[in-house]
Amino acid sequence: MLQGWVIVAVSFAYLGLLFAIAYYADKRADSGRPVIASPYVYSLSLAVYATAWTFYGSVGRAAADGVGFLPIYIGPTLMIALWWVVMRKILRISKRNRITSLADFVASRYGKSALVGGVVTVIAVIGIVPYISLQLKAISSSYTILVHYPGVVMPATLGAAPILQDTALWVALILALFTIAFGTRHLDAAEHHPGMVTAIAFESLVKLLAFVAVGIFVTWGIYDGFGDVFGRAAEVPRLSQLLMPLEGVAGAYASWVWLTILSMLAIMFLPRQFQVAVIENVDESHLKKAIWVFPAYMLAINIFVLPIAFGGRLHFPLGDVDADTFVLTLPMVERQELLALLVFIGGLSAATGMVIVETIALSTMVCNDLLMPVLLRLKRLRLAEKPDLTGLLLAIRRGVIVLVLLLGYLYFRLAGEAYALVSIGLISFAAVAQFAPAVLGGIFWRGATRSGALAGLLAGFAIWLYTLLLPALARSGWLPIAFLDHGPFGIELLKPLALFGLTALDQITHAMIWSMVANIGLYVGVSLAGTQSAAERRQASVFVDVFRHESGGARFWRGTASARDLHLVLARFTGAAAAEATIADYANSRGLTWPSEELIADAEFVHFVETQLAGAIGASSARIMIASAVKEEALTLDEVSAILDEASQVVLYSHQLKQKSRELEAATAELRAANARLKELDRLKDDFISTVTHELRTPLTSIRAFSEILLADPNLALAERKNFLGIITRETERLTRLINQVLDMAKISSGRAEWQMTQVDVREVVADTLARMSQVFKEKGVQLVEHLPPRAPPVLADVDRLIQVLLNLLSNALKFSPEGNGRVEVSLRVLSGELRVDVHDNGPGVRRQDQPFVFDKFWQAGDTLVAKPAGTGLGLHISRQIVEHFGGRMWVESEEGAGACFSFTLPLSPQ
Amino acid sequence: MKPGRRTARLVALAMLGCMLFNYPILALFNRPGTFFGVPVLYAWIFGAWTVLIVLMARAVEHDD
Repeated sequence: MLQGWVIVAVSFAYLGLLFAIAYYADKRADSGRPVIASPYVYSLSLAVYATAWTFYGSVGRAAADGVGFLPIYIGPTLMIALWWVVMRKILRISKRNRITSLADFVASRYGKSALVGGVVTVIAVIGIVPYISLQLKAISSSYTILVHYPGVVMPATLGAAPILQDTALWVALILALFTIAFGTRHLDAAEHHPGMVTAIAFESLVKLLAFVAVGIFVTWGIYDGFGDVFGRAAEVPRLSQLLMPLEGVAGAYASWVWLTILSMLAIMFLPRQFQVAVIENVDESHLKKAIWVFPAYMLAINIFVLPIAFGGRLHFPLGDVDADTFVLTLPMVERQELLALLVFIGGLSAATGMVIVETIALSTMVCNDLLMPVLLRLKRLRLAEKPDLTGLLLAIRRGVIVLVLLLGYLYFRLAGEAYALVSIGLISFAAVAQFAPAVLGGIFWRGATRSGALAGLLAGFAIWLYTLLLPALARSGWLPIAFLDHGPFGIELLKPLALFGLTALDQITHAMIWSMVANIGLYVGVSLAGTQSAAERRQASVFVDVFRHESGGARFWRGTASARDLHLVLARFTGAAAAEATIADYANSRGLTWPSEELIADAEFVHFVETQLAGAIGASSARIMIASAVKEEALTLDEVSAILDEASQVVLYSHQLKQKSRELEAATAELRAANARLKELDRLKDDFISTVTHELRTPLTSIRAFSEILLADPNLALAERKNFLGIITRETERLTRLINQVLDMAKISSGRAEWQMTQVDVREVVADTLARMSQVFKEKGVQLVEHLPPRAPPVLADVDRLIQVLLNLLSNALKFSPEGNGRVEVSLRVLSGELRVDVHDNGPGVRRQDQPFVFDKFWQAGDTLVAKPAGTGLGLHISRQIVEHFGGRMWVESEEGAGACFSFTLPLSPQ
Repeated sequence: MKPGRRTARLVALAMLGCMLFNYPILALFNRPGTFFGVPVLYAWIFGAWTVLIVLMARAVEHDD
């Protein structure tokens, strides 16, 4: 069943499916409902990290040394935890400056230097070519193996095919066409490829599914679970050492650590990772999901690596089957055709995903940061005068994609067979790790200079070439092998694999140590020794302080420009329609119309156009174009420094200002509150006076009325005269009481009352008061019941005032109790920390809606308009003030018609 | 959660991870024996890795 044509047909069907997914996602993005708005798509697209190298090579490495494949996935797990610090900053910088690639990022940081961008691009291309060749090798080998089904044949034994019959060449060409169709259909100013990202996320699912399927088949289909695989491996002496792999190998831990560090850097600085993580990112908050989903993905795809590796070695004990192919060959020898085909598709997913993203990233870099700056500088080409360059840009990118894939194929022909998959991948990791000092230093260290970055990059890259790439070529027979064994010109100290006599380390660790020493050393050393130019100083601030200053580089520009010229420049590189729309948006946001004369080409507009342009052709090319289109004055370093100092001064001042205005606001609020209180008090005083006057007038009126009757009519009967005089006396008493209470209340409120605070036995006071009142109660026929404890602890209070409170409550209770069958209960209870006195009557009670007001001044029970008031309305108010002065509380509980219970508490004296 | 707190937790987890997957802790598990049939070194690496990812998910998703 697995003839060549079936495999090819299935592969093309799969690629077609990818294309359909990408097409659908692009359409969705155009209609404003992008698939890539999901953080899960972002997280899965990061899994482009897992290439054919992971898919086939992890098993190969595990079969050789056990744990060696793990640091490559643990490193990124550790790094991604730091992304919240590092990647968030890179994302913010990249969005604000419309960064289009890793090279663009570095170039932009170091003064928009085309030279730095070019160097980064060259390093990236040379460093990545082996990695791309690895993918080609994986696809062509897996095809070759699968097509020989059911036999298991190793491609290496077949010998190199003539070029035109070489599968790898065809794979390279097909992938080139596919990538061109995918990534360069049109020029997007923001360099977003929603379709590609969605397809990559889908591929991540496919390769995970395929790998896990094989894992489950091997672990439970061929063997009987994890324990069985490991148990059988333990019985084979050659394999049992892999169960304790870190034993006895010199430098095993060193190489573990360096592999971890290398992978930590690779996850950030591989051009494809930078592409999906930074350039294609549409929302910073997607990081939150990615921080755990991506590591979980890596964990999942690694779980079955060891069972497959051990299963393969147990199954092919002779060692005639390359461990890199176990994933495919195990299902084949077990006659699982469909599973084998699924594995092939999984591997194809892993490889195509990597190749697509990597070549798009590289083509953007080569176009924007290597070719365009050169082409634009060449005056003879007169490129700067052509009206539309979008076609040229697309053509360059397509050309670069083909070129990069052919370079990958070339490397495959030259050196491919000499190395296992993992070793090839690690060579590329080590190359991109050289970007780490320049990028990480660049976003955190203001003082890093362009010369420092250049020196570090070049030195690190030179050592990488010397210790990793040249030995790879020498092993493949393209350089004399004596160069490895005895050093160049026989100088032992310069042997590429034991530079300066450093031995006992594996090749990668050795290369990483020396290249990092040179890279970081020169980066820091040269930066510290030299000085920054104005442009570098400016960009350093734009990058390092990205979270501090909202505005970008606009404040650093001075010169004259015309909006029309800038529009033309933009149109040349992004197309006329897009440029028109972009500038119209800008004008709209400022309330202007475009085209119009009002849009002034000020610093902000120039900066805006430059940033837009950078999104299409990279920062350094954009700088060249803007410089050619406007007349600008170069700022000196002193001026840039002055602007920066000014900016930080302004920030400082504005902080102080904010602080001051906050304090002022607080003070104003306090004043306003105080004023409101005063006004309220004033109003209360007025109310009080008018109420008091009213209360005084009532008795006065009746005294005056009866006096006038007595005065006018001398013949009044004696009984009537007595009656009238009795009323006058009572009203006078009431008047006196009222005046006394008002004075009393005023004293208490103003704090001028005199308090004779002593230790008081409340039980005794209550008993005395009840005794004094008992006669009055008896007269009215109201029963007085007392519940008093045998003794009560003392409280600190004024005896006379306390009696005043009790009398007030008792007389109220008496007043409202029904004559004849009235009943008033008084109880005293000792609670924790306080005494409680309740006076309970069986009168009409207090209406629920009145309960909150009974303690207010001049509150009277019943309707005062109809009935004659029975009291002054001040007794309860004064009583509550007294109790509160003693530190207690007073309140009322009542059901209408079921009597009222007035209670108060007094805090016990501290013992 | 305040962004500073989230950052601090994630950085701490990265440092914890660097310790767990490094000499000498790694060497403690490089010995014979199995854990549910899986050699202890591999059981340790995959177990610690899982725990680390769970903690990272909590640190970044948990709002308090």
